[in-house]
Amino acid sequence: MGAYLVRRFGLMLLTLFGISVIIFVLLRVVPGNIVDILFDSAGMVNPAEKVKIEKELGLDLPIPQQYAAWIGGLVHGDLGYSYVSEKPAIAEIAPRIPVTAKLAAMALAFSVLIGVPFGVISAVRQNSAADYVLRVLSLSGLSLPSFWLGLLMLMGFVAWFGDMPIYTEPPATLWDELLLYAAPAAAVGFRSSALVMRLTRSSMLEVLRQDYIRTARSKGASASSVNYHHALRNAMLPVVTVIGLEAAFLIGGLIVTETVFNIPGVARFLVEAIRTRDYPIVQNLVMFIAVVVVVVNFIVDMLYAVLDPRIRYSG
Amino acid sequence: MDTHDPMPPVLDVAGLRTMFFTRQGLLRAVDDVSFSVARGEVLAVVGESGCGKSITALSIMRLVPSPPGRIVGGSVTLDGRDLLKLDEAQMRGVRGNEMSMIFQEPMTSLNPVLTVGSQISEAIRLHQDLSRAAAADKAVEMLRRVKIPEPAQRAREFPHQLSGGMRQRAMIAMALACNPKVLIADEPTTALDVTIQAQILELILRLQQDLGTAVILITHDLGVVAETAQRVIVMYAGRKIEEADVGALFAEPLHPYTHGLLASVPRLAIMSGQVQAAQERLQEIPGMVPPLTNLPTGCAFAPRCRFADAQCRAAFPPYTQPRRGHWVACWHSERLYGAGA
Repeated sequence: MGAYLVRRFGLMLLTLFGISVIIFVLLRVVPGNIVDILFDSAGMVNPAEKVKIEKELGLDLPIPQQYAAWIGGLVHGDLGYSYVSEKPAIAEIAPRIPVTAKLAAMALAFSVLIGVPFGVISAVRQNSAADYVLRVLSLSGLSLPSFWLGLLMLMGFVAWFGDMPIYTEPPATLWDELLLYAAPAAAVGFRSSALVMRLTRSSMLEVLRQDYIRTARSKGASASSVNYHHALRNAMLPVVTVIGLEAAFLIGGLIVTETVFNIPGVARFLVEAIRTRDYPIVQNLVMFIAVVVVVVNFIVDMLYAVLDPRIRYSG
Repeated sequence: MDTHDPMPPVLDVAGLRTMFFTRQGLLRAVDDVSFSVARGEVLAVVGESGCGKSITALSIMRLVPSPPGRIVGGSVTLDGRDLLKLDEAQMRGVRGNEMSMIFQEPMTSLNPVLTVGSQISEAIRLHQDLSRAAAADKAVEMLRRVKIPEPAQRAREFPHQLSGGMRQRAMIAMALACNPKVLIADEPTTALDVTIQAQILELILRLQQDLGTAVILITHDLGVVAETAQRVIVMYAGRKIEEADVGALFAEPLHPYTHGLLASVPRLAIMSGQVQAAQERLQEIPGMVPPLTNLPTGCAFAPRCRFADAQCRAAFPPYTQPRRGHWVACWHSERLYGAGA
């Protein structure tokens, strides 16, 4: 178990290093930097001035040197300054993290709490009416982009109730917050829940055919004990992996959904920063998202070991 | 040899029929099978793969996968109660308690994510009002009874940490934990090494004698039958075709199929000095078991039988008892084997 943990942790660090290089280089390969964009919008070209600003921002240095400067700062907790607002990047990013984190957590919870139980029901009652309805629903979930679903939800709420909670100022109470985030979390989580449901279903069907399920039944275990105690834990192994992978997609879905629902989270902020080539914001934000995804997958790996003793003892 | 006759049977199966309703058609997996087992008796059920042995066992436990399978007729009477008339909750009280089962594949028959001990104590707690700790202690005790070394340590381990033989021992411990009246062992040694096979069989027999459990031993290994069983039924294509005491069956089988089975077993004739005989070619039964969806009318063995005639192809032969306790379903057994000798 210890060796497994250490190896996973090492892999995680290696992944993060790789990601940081890719983000950094990609950003600089994209044509046009902040200075180009500023000068373009101002409509004047003074090459000397431009070179001076580039020098000021350190953009004239070779890419490896810029990279070293960024990572050096990162290690000391210095994320640099936003080119646009000229405030420290950390001050721009930090307040937006809880917003997105709550939204993402709710979306993930939505997808697991809906996906897993309905997947089990669908598998246990294979080929029943309930199974068919759930399968069609999940297929629609996989086919609907979250931003479109979000728009439909907005329109639906307004058409039927004439109103819906929209982010105008930070919510005062937990209840307000839940209400506010419920719709966007559902819009983003619906796709994952459909995926989790389908996977839970097929995984359960596979497990229910196993010999040890017959053994459990031959002991006199009840249907619910067989389904939940004996089958579900085995069936969860592939599902947990996918939930980890879904965390990355979830953030992708949030980027558009935050815009649709006007929520001031990191995801929407990231799109704006990319548009203005605000390198410090973009690279630190993407790095942050990468850390989240990698950490989630690390947790998934750990969970895998908890669920499956064969992994725990072979590592 | 007929000493078991006066004993009332603990399990009586009568006219059992199990069918599978598949896309390929109706599959008669078990067709009109009757037998009974007395307390403390070992009854062997033999036959080729697909002859309905395992489905018979699963039918008795009412564990036939449904759909597509269904028990369509007959009765399974355990100590005076017809199990086929119980509801599912009552049946759960029977499974693992009054009657339990061990399976062919010890490698896959235990749940990989639960410890061996917890799987045994689960069987105990399902039927006995014991605390978690007491059931865990009893599980360790059962592991000790099946001769697993360091039972307390093993109880905390997971199935993948145990060898195949150990896992089958753990399965036996689980099956016998509630002291069942009947143990059904479905090919319990087939998947194991030959050296382990003998140990497992011996273990089953010793525990069976200690506990007075009746055992239904399903196997295709006639050597196992000769060593363990008192009585044998031979199945072919879903039907029972012969039933006899083990001695009588080996000495004077009354069905051409049983003859074929016995002739197809290699014998170490060289050990009894018959060097010549050892070089004889092993006999085989020509042809294949017919698909259960498309059985011939009449005797299912007729297409492979040298002695088959129009009568065999027209109707399934009735069960006759040419000798006391020796039943056979063959139109010609008397002519062929001179029954009553």
